Amino acid sequence: MPLLQAEEISVTFGGHRALVDVSVDAEEGRITGLIGPNGAGKTTCFNVLSGLQPPQGGRVIFDSQDISAVPAYKRGRLGMARTFQRIEVFGSLTVFENVLVAAEIRHRWSRGEEIDLDAECNDIIDLVGLRKVADQRVDSIPTGLSRLTELARALATKPRVILLDEPSSGLDDDESEAFGDLLLTLAKRGVAILLVEHDIDLVMQVCDRIHVLDFGTIIAVGTPVEIRKDKRVQKAYLGED
Amino acid sequence: MKDLLAFTVIGIVTGSVYAIAASGLVLTYTTSGIFNFAHGGIGMLMAFTYWEFRFHHHWPAPLALFVVVFVIAPALGALIERVLMRNLHGRSTGTSLVVTIGLMVMLMGIAQGIWPPAARPFPEFYSGHGVTIFGIFVTTHQIITIIVAGLAALIFWYLLNRTRTGVAMRAVVDDRNLAALNGVSPARVSMLSWALGSSLAALAGILIAPALNLEILNLTLLVVVAYAAAVVGKLKSLPLTFAGAMILGLLTSYLSLSWVHAEKIPGLPGALPTIMLFACLLLLPEERLRVGRITSERGPRVPSLGESLQGGILLVVGAIVVSLVLSDANLVRVGQGMALALVMLSLVVLMGYGGQISLAQMTFVGMGAFAMARFGLGGSPLGLLMAPLLAAPIGALVALPALRLQGLYLALATMAFGVAAENMLFPRAWLFGSSTRVVPRLHLFGVHFDGEKSFFVLLAIVFSLFGIGVLALRRGRFGRLVSAMRDSPAACTTLGVNLLTTRLAVFTLSAAMAGFAGAFYGGLRGSAQTNDFLMFQSLPLLLMAVIGGITTVSGALVGGLLLGLLQTQSSTGVLAGLVFLFTGAAAVSLGRNPHGVAFYISQKLEPLKDKVPWFRPEEPDEPLTEELPRIAAAAG
Ligand SMILES: Nc1ncnc2c1ncn2[C@@H]1O[C@H](COP(=O)(O)OP(=O)(O)OP(=O)(O)O)[C@@H](O)[C@H]1O
Ligand SMILES: [Mg+2]
Repeated sequence: MPLLQAEEISVTFGGHRALVDVSVDAEEGRITGLIGPNGAGKTTCFNVLSGLQPPQGGRVIFDSQDISAVPAYKRGRLGMARTFQRIEVFGSLTVFENVLVAAEIRHRWSRGEEIDLDAECNDIIDLVGLRKVADQRVDSIPTGLSRLTELARALATKPRVILLDEPSSGLDDDESEAFGDLLLTLAKRGVAILLVEHDIDLVMQVCDRIHVLDFGTIIAVGTPVEIRKDKRVQKAYLGED
Repeated sequence: MKDLLAFTVIGIVTGSVYAIAASGLVLTYTTSGIFNFAHGGIGMLMAFTYWEFRFHHHWPAPLALFVVVFVIAPALGALIERVLMRNLHGRSTGTSLVVTIGLMVMLMGIAQGIWPPAARPFPEFYSGHGVTIFGIFVTTHQIITIIVAGLAALIFWYLLNRTRTGVAMRAVVDDRNLAALNGVSPARVSMLSWALGSSLAALAGILIAPALNLEILNLTLLVVVAYAAAVVGKLKSLPLTFAGAMILGLLTSYLSLSWVHAEKIPGLPGALPTIMLFACLLLLPEERLRVGRITSERGPRVPSLGESLQGGILLVVGAIVVSLVLSDANLVRVGQGMALALVMLSLVVLMGYGGQISLAQMTFVGMGAFAMARFGLGGSPLGLLMAPLLAAPIGALVALPALRLQGLYLALATMAFGVAAENMLFPRAWLFGSSTRVVPRLHLFGVHFDGEKSFFVLLAIVFSLFGIGVLALRRGRFGRLVSAMRDSPAACTTLGVNLLTTRLAVFTLSAAMAGFAGAFYGGLRGSAQTNDFLMFQSLPLLLMAVIGGITTVSGALVGGLLLGLLQTQSSTGVLAGLVFLFTGAAAVSLGRNPHGVAFYISQKLEPLKDKVPWFRPEEPDEPLTEELPRIAAAAG
């Protein structure tokens, strides 16, 4: 049973069908890819999963429970975290504070015992590789690092599933590779990762399974090898590159 | 029965004017995404212009009407769009609110400069003429008003549904970028709608002026009624807006019916739009969170505890020096600034840190002043305690219906509340009534702060303590959370933050701070009455806080002192007009630099601080300016 499941969700924007009966899922300890051309509906799918966009149809299942009617903030408290394609960092705070505020938020709603949040955040900063910019305001660092800050912030809520919307754009080749390793590390710790990514090589390298979206419908699901061979995928997507 | 009919006619006439005003507001909002608080101000200025032509220079009415409604008003609207509004596209709601409120205050300044207060008879069209229908005398002016509203509605409908331009306008409303791709120029459409909106404002202003006696504030605040109607249509639907305007007009009119006994609830007519607005806010569906943030300019660094302590001590020492140098009369002036700065600290927390907007801060100040007057007899600290305790729950109550919506609705709700409070709350006999209440000054640990000197120093101490407290708040958990919420509500939500309760907490805190400040503001003035806490007075407060720098404690100080000096310098007439003009213009120009004057000064001083440790600014004979930049530098 996958940890997070979207069952036949549909979204319409003023007559434009952005998602049509889309089903995706993410398993614990696995990296699941969600790819597709521009405008395919990947971000919309994430918005539905995280509760920011109410769907016209379908259900969202988390940990065997129907959470379709659960508001976004409560989904966060259930253990769902995400990053945004159009970066949503806390620009007036430092990188460290971005992570700290997330840890504090989690600490408040989880009513956890008094623990050393600072140390916890420092561990995350080191893990993600943001040590050098930890004390800089986020509005003064490059985009790639802002994206990493979003990831670090998401990790501070100790999520069971993370939705990543194009996390590697803005990173150079070396950084991308390190980022791939980071994702694998997180998966090994048991986190379910749903990855939207334009960097196909990265997706093929790290994903266990891949869903392909095109014009709001899923056209293929499979392992990287299967996806590479799929004729429809090649035509709709990979062929373009 | 005949009464009912007569008041129905009056109601429809009033509703017609509201409809004309409100539809202009909706039009500009939908096509440019900017809610124009200056809409009533434009109508006011145009009504005065019409008066000038028609009754001062004795032009024939049709000519004056044509020139004002079809030439000057659209030109003014297009100019405003081109110069101010176009740059605002994609900016935060807060920025565009400040700019349009600034514009409103500026227009009032212009009007007051050209037409100082005086009696200006403004007769109706065809005054004295009319017809009798079903035994009721209906004046020609009333008939004209109804016809004009009907025509405006028809023309609107035709324009939006049957012309290319109209279709383009609707396309821009739906999706600006998409429309641009299809060859529509959003900029042109937006300019056109501002021109049109301006004409409608002018028309409404001219039609209603005879009833409101060509009075600047009343005409300008027509916008309050207009937006109550517009909110019925969710700021989008023109037919619903028309319906809202009619309902409002009729209800207002029916309150005058003898058997309604509206006099049992004094102030109800003035507060009616508010009640309607709150009812609509409760019915509106929750706003979807917008993803995709507006990049903000790099802001000031948050000073450390040491730095803020240093700044606070400097301020108190400076205040002691100033209190020794200045005469009592001058001390009151500077003291007024200091008290206002204390009020502005509440805006720093609310708006600077939390990104929320309040246009009723003076109302909370009024509650605080009342608490001090009522419970602080003989300077008892109980008054100080009661001030925030009275203001906070009221703040929470006002904000609650609006908080689940976006910032604009909160601004509207607070503005409406401010108007309601000045009409229904403060005039109550158990509050201020029609008299003036004495507000005592604090008496603590055997020390009376009655004298001007001691009270001034007390103000400085209180400001310093609060400033240090506000900065500590900003560096702590709550401050981080609130800043995070301002920077990205969407991200906060996905992290598990309930935005509603957090916003409510910030708003309540801010109201409490304003109430507390009110106890001192009232104490400084020695007395308080309803007229000291009109909604309108919250606007210069907000604007000046933004000019000083809404994101910093030093900004509040600069803003407060500036406002205090301006308020006590000018009394009425041309000078007051100039003050408005200056305030408005400065706020408008701040669209580009949201961190205000204090941040600007501290940035300029930053390099100097290292080189010249004993640095003093250029004007040593004005003790105030001496401490300002230093505090600014220290307090960020
Ligand atoms: N709020 C909205 N209102 C109207 N249309 C929208 C909205 N959000 C997305 N769309 C439309 O829905 C479709 C899917 O958009 P979405 O952002 O989900 O695609 P995507 O796969 O994430 O694309 P990209 O690779 O460019 O990020 C697009 O055609 C887009 O224009
Ligand atoms: Mg996307």
